[in-house]
Amino acid sequence: MRITGYLILSFLLIATTAAAQVDKILPERPSPAHLYNDLTKSSNFLTKAQAEYLENSLVSIDDSTSNQIAIVVVESLEGYTANEYATALGRKWGVGSQAFNNGVVVLISTGGGDGNRDAYIAVGYGLEGAIPDVTADNILENELIPFFKEGNYLEGFKRTIDALKRAAAGEYKQQRKKRNSPEVGIPSIVFVLILILISILSSRGGGGTMINRRGHRGWTGGTWMGGGWGGGSSWGGSSGGGFGGFGGGSFGGGGAGGKW
Amino acid sequence: MKGTSLALLIIGGLFLIFGFWGCNAYNGFVSGDQGVKKAWSNVETNYQRRSDLYGSVIKTVEASANFEKSTLQSVVAARAAATQIKIDINDPASLQAYQQAQANLQGSFSRLIASFEQYPDLKTTKAFQDFQTQIEGTENRINVARQDYNKAVEDFNLRVKRFPGNIMAGLFNFTEKAYYEADKGSEKAPDIKFNIQ
Repeated sequence: MRITGYLILSFLLIATTAAAQVDKILPERPSPAHLYNDLTKSSNFLTKAQAEYLENSLVSIDDSTSNQIAIVVVESLEGYTANEYATALGRKWGVGSQAFNNGVVVLISTGGGDGNRDAYIAVGYGLEGAIPDVTADNILENELIPFFKEGNYLEGFKRTIDALKRAAAGEYKQQRKKRNSPEVGIPSIVFVLILILISILSSRGGGGTMINRRGHRGWTGGTWMGGGWGGGSSWGGSSGGGFGGFGGGSFGGGGAGGKW
Repeated sequence: MKGTSLALLIIGGLFLIFGFWGCNAYNGFVSGDQGVKKAWSNVETNYQRRSDLYGSVIKTVEASANFEKSTLQSVVAARAAATQIKIDINDPASLQAYQQAQANLQGSFSRLIASFEQYPDLKTTKAFQDFQTQIEGTENRINVARQDYNKAVEDFNLRVKRFPGNIMAGLFNFTEKAYYEADKGSEKAPDIKFNIQ
């Protein structure tokens, strides 16, 4: 009885690790981060100008509503279902903010031939209420797939992100924190430790040395910001015009898929 | 004199380190335990969501008088049976029973859907297409929740079994938790197709 129990347990362990393997075949999060990601070999799904146009509209949605819509074009789903792939990718890249999970992944596969290529809209936890599966399905069927079938990819993308933006509106709106905000994601204990260290050093130095306030501000605003991916603290440079980075949002399997 | 105080200091230090490590390990088990419970409740939520969806279809079908009653009744029975199961995530047998009940429910519901073939009008309605999308989404969510649960269990079990954590786990009586097996064939998208043109 015990032995069979162990056998079942070890079998299940193998089963679960197999399921988690989708993470390994997923593309790495691009650096620098983009919202439009053409990961095909030749990277010519859209022309350069079209891609730039699309990236800019996605960034402006991110800036104005904080909802992050990431478009990912791949050649193959490596045998996984579109839902598995898109959900795992959204999690791995952290599309959407960590606090609100307000990310959307539009996944396009170019492999499979006419009428059999995958298209999928994966919706983050936080937007499932605003974009239920039926809505995602409608957007896919009405806005994206008809244009993709004609080869008019840009139009399909444009209509899709516009529809997604409108669907998501009202669910959540928040002004992005600016870069000069004092609360940067530094573990406070590190800060305290450094303060203590400095006070010890300065007292050893024979007194009279004051803690340099300017120096501190330089630290908080500068060096440590560069390291921050993902932890929710990486909203750098929204005023700079480019995309500031993904925020660590999560996905629960919501969304809908179709073929084109 | 000096020797004893040094020994006391070392013993005190060791106690402190051991105590600190013990607290740390204990807290780790507690948060791991909570993580598993949370992941499990997410699994149940998604099954509940599916059950609710089934329920709305059952209601619609019940209203049409000339529908084949036996298929419908088996779904209703399977649905009732699935809600009866008491789950203890420390007990693999109860998880297996739960999985079996949910698989039965899904199976009998698939048969109900298959019998809709005789009602072409029903299949082509917007409501039905929406239902199909919803049920697919729910199956996807169940899959994700199940994987998350198994991942949480794996993390917890590794913590419980690995040295030196296993000493603390034994002390505080934390034991391994059970994995949740996928429904047979449910790793892929569900096989409910309405052939809508």
